[in-house]
Amino acid sequence: MITVGHYLVLSAILFAMGTFGVLTRRNAIVIFMCIELMLNAVNLSFIALSSHLGNMDGQIFVFFVMAVAAAEAAVGLALMITFFRNKETIEVDDVNLLKW
Amino acid sequence: MQDYSLIWLIPFFPLVGSVINGLLGKKIKNEKVIGTIATGAIALSFVVSCMLFFRLLGDSQKVHEVIIASWMSAGKLQIDWGFLLDPLSGVMIMVVTGVGSLIHLYSNGYMHGEEGFYRYFSYLNLFCFSMLMLVLGNNALVMFVGWEGVGLCSYLLIGYYFEKKSAGDAAKKAFVVNRVGDFGFLIGLFTLFWALGEHGIWTVQFTKIAEHAHLLPAGGAVVTIVTLCFFLGATGKSAQIPLYTWLPDAMEGPTPVSALIHAATMVTAGVYMIGRMNGLFAMAPDTMMVVAIVGAATAIFAASIGLAQNDIKRVLAYSTVSQLGYMFLAMGVGAFSAGIFHLMTHAFFKACLFLGSGSVIHAMHHAYHHAHLHDDPQDMRNMGGLRKKMPITFLTFFVSTLAIAGIPGLSGFFSKDEILWWAFSSTRGGWILWLIGFAAAGMTAFYMFRLVFMTFFGEQRTDERAKDHVHESPFVITLPLIVLGLLALVGGWIGIPKALGGANHFEHFLAPVFEHTQEMFGIHSQHSLHAYEFPLMGASIGVALVGIFLAWLMYVKNPEAPKALVARFRWLYVAIFNKWFVDELYDGLFVNATKRLGRYCWKGFDLPIIDGIVNGAGWLVQGFSRALRFWQTGQIHGYAMTMVIGAVIIVAVYIV
Amino acid sequence: MENLVQMALQNVNMAAIMPSLVLCCFGMFLLMINVFMPRGKTTAASLISLLGLAVTFVVTLRAWNHPELGFAGHVALDNFATFFNVIFLIAAFLTVLMSDDYLHREGYPVGEFYPLVLFTTAGAMWMASGTDLMTVFLGLEVLSISLYVLAGLFRGQLRSNEAGLKYFLLGAFSTGFLLYGTALLYGVAGTTNIADIGFYLSAHGKMLQNPMTIAGMLLLAVGFLFKIAVVPFHMWTPDVYQGAPTPVTAFMSAGPKAAAFAALVRILILGLGGLQADWSSLLWMLAVLTMFIGNVTAIYQTDIKRMLAYSSIAHAGYALVGLVAANAVGISGILFYMLAYTFMNIGAFAVLVLAGKQGEDNLTLEGFSGFGYKRPFLGVAMSIFLFALMGIPPTAGFAGKFYIFAGAINAGYIWLAILGVLNSAISLYYYLRVMVYMYFREPQEDYGWVRMNPGTVVSIVLAIVGVLYLGVVPGKIMEMAKMALF
Repeated sequence: MITVGHYLVLSAILFAMGTFGVLTRRNAIVIFMCIELMLNAVNLSFIALSSHLGNMDGQIFVFFVMAVAAAEAAVGLALMITFFRNKETIEVDDVNLLKW
Repeated sequence: MQDYSLIWLIPFFPLVGSVINGLLGKKIKNEKVIGTIATGAIALSFVVSCMLFFRLLGDSQKVHEVIIASWMSAGKLQIDWGFLLDPLSGVMIMVVTGVGSLIHLYSNGYMHGEEGFYRYFSYLNLFCFSMLMLVLGNNALVMFVGWEGVGLCSYLLIGYYFEKKSAGDAAKKAFVVNRVGDFGFLIGLFTLFWALGEHGIWTVQFTKIAEHAHLLPAGGAVVTIVTLCFFLGATGKSAQIPLYTWLPDAMEGPTPVSALIHAATMVTAGVYMIGRMNGLFAMAPDTMMVVAIVGAATAIFAASIGLAQNDIKRVLAYSTVSQLGYMFLAMGVGAFSAGIFHLMTHAFFKACLFLGSGSVIHAMHHAYHHAHLHDDPQDMRNMGGLRKKMPITFLTFFVSTLAIAGIPGLSGFFSKDEILWWAFSSTRGGWILWLIGFAAAGMTAFYMFRLVFMTFFGEQRTDERAKDHVHESPFVITLPLIVLGLLALVGGWIGIPKALGGANHFEHFLAPVFEHTQEMFGIHSQHSLHAYEFPLMGASIGVALVGIFLAWLMYVKNPEAPKALVARFRWLYVAIFNKWFVDELYDGLFVNATKRLGRYCWKGFDLPIIDGIVNGAGWLVQGFSRALRFWQTGQIHGYAMTMVIGAVIIVAVYIV
Repeated sequence: MENLVQMALQNVNMAAIMPSLVLCCFGMFLLMINVFMPRGKTTAASLISLLGLAVTFVVTLRAWNHPELGFAGHVALDNFATFFNVIFLIAAFLTVLMSDDYLHREGYPVGEFYPLVLFTTAGAMWMASGTDLMTVFLGLEVLSISLYVLAGLFRGQLRSNEAGLKYFLLGAFSTGFLLYGTALLYGVAGTTNIADIGFYLSAHGKMLQNPMTIAGMLLLAVGFLFKIAVVPFHMWTPDVYQGAPTPVTAFMSAGPKAAAFAALVRILILGLGGLQADWSSLLWMLAVLTMFIGNVTAIYQTDIKRMLAYSSIAHAGYALVGLVAANAVGISGILFYMLAYTFMNIGAFAVLVLAGKQGEDNLTLEGFSGFGYKRPFLGVAMSIFLFALMGIPPTAGFAGKFYIFAGAINAGYIWLAILGVLNSAISLYYYLRVMVYMYFREPQEDYGWVRMNPGTVVSIVLAIVGVLYLGVVPGKIMEMAKMALF
């Protein structure tokens, strides 16, 4: 029997994987994909909780999160492209002009 | 019921003067106009001050609060832009505006031809504004506005000749040291605010504090801590041990500034503050003892340094520190009105001395300038015999010297003697405090007469080429000298003690402020000791005469004597000449330690050294700053990692 | 069916979002006309956006004391929201005033700048008036996404690219935490409405100490603390502030920070008031750390923009003290402080806009040598703003700190207040250093002739007026801040 608890644990694992990815991957696009993974982990929680609680708020929230994530992706990719144009790389290790 | 609602005009005029000169001065250019605006502004406040002061004299009701507008309210706390006129602040505004006007006038001559003439007057007016806010404020926060303001103006004026590195350094030192004091002030204020709040009284208003102070246990830890914090603030502003080191360096500023800010007014703010909160201080006998001891120690310590300085302004600077010590001694033994009395007479004679020295420096400077020499115009070893060249300066200077030395009949005698008497006989005093003050009085007479003899008597030691170019200063400079000299002569007569057949009007006038406290805590001079009053007075006159005689012996009669003495007591002389190596000690303890630490930890990093960090806490902060900077690696991974670790720690702490 | 539509429309109540609606209309209008504008002509756009902000200002002021609830309780235009809306509008107004000339000078006269500022402001307004985590989240994202673009606006400039990219990646990352926290709270309370969460928790007291509730609260807080720039979520601040175009930095340091405070205050007080013991002890520590690290690190900075970034971290710490106190004085102190900070910080940045040469390489301490004598007006203005940032009376900064620390003392946090004062003392070192360079150093270079462009000057003057007004007679504004509490 799969309970809401299982979903929440899966969601937590996915969230942790996403976080881990952000901390370890070097390519800005991959990092952003990891962030998307985190957001989707949250979405999973919302849907599971929504069906468990029997109210729709969680599912509506998921729609908003997806819409926002799409907008974020558009802006984020544009920022990466402009960065790439100037520095020919999107490795985050090279994003190091501003420090100290 | 008299009307005091015009009181806001007193600080208002200098503020307007400052704004006009600050914004338009560069366009006006004409020195006469600028000088007139500034001097006129402060003179107008003097007129208003006189008006209100005399109104107060004739009024039976002595404490008046005038609320101009509401400032801030927080919870039950209401703070106003309000002024408090009572005998204490009345005396202070008379001193600030009176001496201030004279010094403004003097500055017109002294600063003639300086590049930043308008800037100077703008700052000077702003200083007067702040100082007046400080003394007139009816609550601790308005006082704090002034407190910060005078610190800022002092900083700007010390650094007036900013092309000179030493001036900039001195300005920074003054500011940083004062911050330590200000921090103490604020902590004291907060603690007091909180402590009274515990009893349901939310106020920072002086009259209310005095009214409700009894809610706190007298002699208890809270009152002691609060007053000690306030006293720390006072030591910073009034240059007492351990925070006195900035004042001698502050002599880098123009001489009238030294006279106004670093002798007559700002540095006495600490004394005024204790006077203002006398009720609170009286409740903490331990603090009072600390105040008295620090005051006495500063008095003798600074006087001893003054014995061997050759820079005319530095002698006066150490003398100021020492005299401020006397005032704190007075406050500490509960002789509040004697302390304020000395504050006033000191303002007269020390302002006169500073302005006189300025007149001399001015003359020397011009002479050297004429002769194209680069000798030090402030070094007394280059002076001598100026008595005949500058008769007015000499005469006024001499009168003031007699006053500070404590020659009977002059202002300084009455006030200093009053303090010494209280130090001996007060219920909070002791003979040892008297002895220290007594010894310092002897030293004072010696170094002041040494100064006079070296400057005005004997052979003129100025370089031959410049000798004949030394002239008396113009009238705008000598007029304030004459007025101040007269005040130094007669200013003490309003406080002639009963023992000498006087009526001590001054003490009576201030009684509404202090008497209540003194009665409540049984602070008075003990009757059993009254028999000693005349002998002690005689002794202090005697020690002054001995000091003068020794100075005469060593610097007029037998000019070779000092050298022989120096040779004999080499170590002592070196120690005194180098100001007991306190600056070096501070440098060694804090500054060098920092440097060594810096080299140790950060070898290879050529990092700029922070300006302005000279005090003890500085190096700690500096080290942290360097270290923390390297946390900011610029790497996104590092940032994200910090966030995650932070979040994990927080969640872990609160859930587990 | 018809009935349902009617019901839905009744629930909508456009008046509740009127200010942001007006802004968005102006923003979209600007986006459209930008298509027809010749490239490089942005003055018209800037004037239209100023007009938009002014109109919104009027609309906003009309809402004062006339609270509106809309969208089935998802949005509330109460006094609290209105007070913050005024802050955002002032921040945006001052920013737009100084931008036109700057954009031309730096060679990026892009018309999209203005609608983006308007959208950011609208997002901030939703954060302040959102009474549901959903609306707050939407507002946060509208604000953030516009800001990512604004930070990276100067496409050819590596610094600006980097600022945009860093802000974007870390901002999106923090959004993840925020959402996760929201999901957990939703799981506990079964609703995302802030007030309902509060009711639920007070009705089910034992849920208060449920790990899910606490974790939800903490993760939610992380998202907002990131925007406020509280240690340890502050790391992006110096880099982004330094790299972003100066007017954007000015705006970012005031508007979004205030918006995040608005949302955080509403959520913590209304929704999670039952957990006050937990969050105020957490914020106590973070406030101290933030003040300390911000101030101490600022000491070593030589780039003025970067120094102000660290200073802005420290100021977030001061404001947080008010939230720790969580009493009327403390919370209204935050409102007051945010307004004061808007004036003093944007003012300081406006001076930097005029002081900088193209490329802004001269915005260092050395570059400010003798500045006060060469440019007297700007020197005096900068001094006033620095004094305000130091918290020296009688400026807005002093009054603001006073309220916040008084609130802390009222609530019994005397040590927090003392640490706050100690930090103010530390902060003097670096603020003062700028003044030392301005007034006690010989000018090392020729400042050349920078146009005293009227927009920027007006913005500086307005900021000075604000700083002094709030400092000398703060009483009235503080009364309003108290009326703004829920």
